[in-house]
Amino acid sequence: MTKTTYREALREGLREALKEDDRVFMMGEDVGRYGGCFGVSLGLLEEFGPDRIRDTPLSESAFVGAGIGAALGGLRPIVEIMTVNFSLLALDQIMNNAATLLHMSGGALNVPLVIRMTTGAGRQLAAQHSHSLEGWYAHIPGLKVITPSTLEDARGMLLTALRDPDPVLLFEHGSLYNVSEELADDAGAVDIERAAVRRSGKDLTITAYGGTLRTALAAADDLAAQGIDAEVIDLRVLRPLDEAAILASVTRTHRLVIVDEGWRSGSLSAEIAARVAEKALYELDAPIERVCTAEVPIPYAKQLEEAAIPRPADIVAAAKRAVG
Amino acid sequence: MNGPRAKQRRELLRQMIRIRRFEERCVELYSAAAIRGFMHLCIGEEAVAAGIMHAAGPDDPVVSTYREHGHALARGIPMEAVLAEMYGRTNGCSRGRGGSMHLFDAGHRFYGGNAIVAGGLPVAVGLALADRMSGRPRATVCLFGDGAVAEGEFHECLNLAALWRLPVLFCCENNLYAMGTAIERAQAETDLATRAASYGLSSWAVDGMDAVAVSEAAERALRSIRGGSGPCFLELRTYRFRAHSMYDPERYRDKSEVQEWKRRDPIERMSTLMRDEGELGDREIATIESEVDKEIRNAIAAAEAGPLEPVEDLTRFVYSERS
Ligand SMILES: Cc1ncc(C[n+]2csc(CCOP(=O)(O)OP(=O)(O)O)c2C)c(N)n1
Repeated sequence: MTKTTYREALREGLREALKEDDRVFMMGEDVGRYGGCFGVSLGLLEEFGPDRIRDTPLSESAFVGAGIGAALGGLRPIVEIMTVNFSLLALDQIMNNAATLLHMSGGALNVPLVIRMTTGAGRQLAAQHSHSLEGWYAHIPGLKVITPSTLEDARGMLLTALRDPDPVLLFEHGSLYNVSEELADDAGAVDIERAAVRRSGKDLTITAYGGTLRTALAAADDLAAQGIDAEVIDLRVLRPLDEAAILASVTRTHRLVIVDEGWRSGSLSAEIAARVAEKALYELDAPIERVCTAEVPIPYAKQLEEAAIPRPADIVAAAKRAVG
Repeated sequence: MNGPRAKQRRELLRQMIRIRRFEERCVELYSAAAIRGFMHLCIGEEAVAAGIMHAAGPDDPVVSTYREHGHALARGIPMEAVLAEMYGRTNGCSRGRGGSMHLFDAGHRFYGGNAIVAGGLPVAVGLALADRMSGRPRATVCLFGDGAVAEGEFHECLNLAALWRLPVLFCCENNLYAMGTAIERAQAETDLATRAASYGLSSWAVDGMDAVAVSEAAERALRSIRGGSGPCFLELRTYRFRAHSMYDPERYRDKSEVQEWKRRDPIERMSTLMRDEGELGDREIATIESEVDKEIRNAIAAAEAGPLEPVEDLTRFVYSERS
């Protein structure tokens, strides 16, 4: 075990991917000389050279689309978009090309592309740098959406995503980069199919992912101190959703709190609630609870931002309502 | 009569006739409801398809738009695969999942068939990047209309391709209209070749009604691209004789303007030239027409006989099928 950070774990994953397969290269704004806007790719330019660590102009649509073309041309691009808000300038390429080419071509053209981007609030970056739109992307057939919340996943999900024949979107929550924890020295590729039980419990199920996992675990600790034993599921993969894991947990605990940093209306939390209602309604002993971001653009002021996004206390309150 | 020049002209003429007759037949098939959806014809613009594809090498990737029947046929995708696609059959080049606007053929390195205006340009840049990084001496041919020049993706892509000196041949089919919007109503500077040149790449305008001129310009551009000089831009000045798509009452232009351009019909022009120079007689024309007629009849038969995908297979090809 070695103490490291989420950022360094991501970088180790990138480094291993670049070493393992010479078709892999990375491009995006400031990924090279600057070292990545959040420092993830620091040092990789020196190690792998400007051909494989490519600084691009401010042209999200062009370089994301170029990643699609390069994937069609036999390479394994990793495209970095600074934040999910900016990915909207490339939404045409992501949705109309990456997600559709395989289908439109009748199975002839697959797009083995990985797009990484930062998501989420909590750093007082206000309404154009803080949104959690991964749930939107999880709406789109043809894409896979993964959200590493642990160092192990930060280290290992990218490698598996690069071996996937289809486009994978990898969301890094901005509040996680500095998280420092122990990571096994032999950490490597991990699956990108299943949810994980991060804490077992019998009284209720809390689902979370990405940046909200730590919030949910903190809430579970509080609940434990009050005699409530919560199970915490890390969704890990938002599309395709590991529905079986959610249903299995709810079948054990009979109560569900869904935590989602997206807005409530039309969100991933709504999707999970609907699936549980469709497939496990009679397992439930209490109404489903949702803890989501308030329906406002994320404000700058600290107290407002904190009030807008899911906090441990919100989850604790929801859990207590569910337990009754 | 059989020198390389005559051979080239005959081939260009044959391709243009194939495309013209094919699309004329498509109109009938559309009226008969055998073809549905949006269908965009390139009648009038055949010299571009024939000339560009004549110049492109078999390994050069091609990225096109929704107005791509001519590009696909001239590229060598079998007519029956193109027509079966428009019929929505599994023997179509996209298994019936694309239709007229989304023709794909991996074997012919034909990457669509993109119905988002300018949406294919980034993909072309990426294909060229892959070729460059893999050391393959290819050039990606990217076709789009004048309307695309107003989109942000166009400017991002010309800049990126020029900055990285990527092997892309940008081919702008300037037919003077984006649907019903005449170019001067949409573009502050209508000289598209001049605008493209501002990105620091070689750029020139070509008479897009002259298949030989198109082919020679494309050859010259491809030579320069393969020589490592970075991307080129060709503005191919052409005109579409038909409506934008099958639903277009054409309120935006005068019939007299269309008539005027029809006097420059690329097929008429080429056959007249070849006749005048003694390269072509009635017999040869009749032979081409009857070969094309047979090809179309065979394509229709193949399309009609093509199986429909069973609806149980609806959700296939959303993710790759791993064996
Ligand atoms: C991004 C986008 N906006 C609008 C449309 C609708 N549309 C389809 S074709 C077209 C005109 C495009 O004109 P041009 O690029 O000149 O090509 P042409 O049809 O003349 O071949 C428009 C506006 C579209 N398909 N994509």
